[in-house]
Amino acid sequence: MIFALILGFALLLIGIYGMLSQKNLIKIVIGFSIVDTGVHIIIVSIGYLRNRTAPILNSVVDLGKAAQQVVDPIPSVLVLTAIVIGLAVTALMLTFVVELYKKRNSLSIDDYQELKW
Amino acid sequence: MIKKIIVILAMIGLIMMLFPLVTNFEFLENLNDLSTNYVSGSVNELNSQNVVTSVIVTYRGLDTLGEVTVLFLATAAIGFLLKKKKTKKRGSSELLQTASSFLVALIILLGVYIFTHGHLTPGGGFQGGVIIATAFLLLILSDVNIKFNHTILQVVESFSGAFYVVIGLIGLVLTIGFLNAKIIPLGEYGNLFSAGAIPIIYSLIGLKVGSELTNILDTMRGE
Repeated sequence: MIFALILGFALLLIGIYGMLSQKNLIKIVIGFSIVDTGVHIIIVSIGYLRNRTAPILNSVVDLGKAAQQVVDPIPSVLVLTAIVIGLAVTALMLTFVVELYKKRNSLSIDDYQELKW
Repeated sequence: MIKKIIVILAMIGLIMMLFPLVTNFEFLENLNDLSTNYVSGSVNELNSQNVVTSVIVTYRGLDTLGEVTVLFLATAAIGFLLKKKKTKKRGSSELLQTASSFLVALIILLGVYIFTHGHLTPGGGFQGGVIIATAFLLLILSDVNIKFNHTILQVVESFSGAFYVVIGLIGLVLTIGFLNAKIIPLGEYGNLFSAGAIPIIYSLIGLKVGSELTNILDTMRGE
């Protein structure tokens, strides 16, 4: 699906632009989350094969010729892993944001300049 | 101003980098050798209907163990950083309270269904665990001051993690490989009791993910 591929790259670019241009820490986390979704869509669309069904071999699929009838299962596996890791990382990032807000009472990235060069 | 220009230049550079990836992309006509092996192995070796599940739980089981470890580490870090504090908030509406007392049991049942049928239908431990956690989120939303029993959550989490590793080690003892699903009889293709140890491992993962995410939700609501 070329449309899914383009949609994935568009989401990736929107997310990176959001992360670069926004000042609010929560909005940066949202940008990261959009990049995450874009990458998932790209990986899944790479595994797509025309006129084939999902890699679940029930009565719809002829078991003898299963490899000719299903899409690539490996991108789905990678994305399943990536979704869980993305969830964990997003939760951890939001926790850091909460801790930073408690320290300085501000969500703007301009107020945290210790590591700026 | 100069910052905006740099951002726009970076975006143009990224677009130029990614553009050839889209225009030169050629879709595959056939599965490659590795995928073909996984698909045929899932039918012939493991008796598992869902190829994705058999790759996650058995062929790349070590990666899934690492993934569960990452999730555990993130939960531990969140619990360490966010200290719980007691806050009295006003209760929720009666509609939400009545609906949640009706729905929570059904949602947990759906989660259990999804992780026990991970080898037959789309679904599995991670998805089922997340659905169980949403049931607890509904409980938190309907009664802000509700207390969960942390001992039970921790016991469920640590025991399911430990049993997961023990099942992997049984495969090593029987010399058929770490986390191999063939340690128990494979059963009949397409039944609930098929695919060897895959349903057991995925149920353990489901319990572990469910209790971990419930822990995250419980720590985060104090904020």
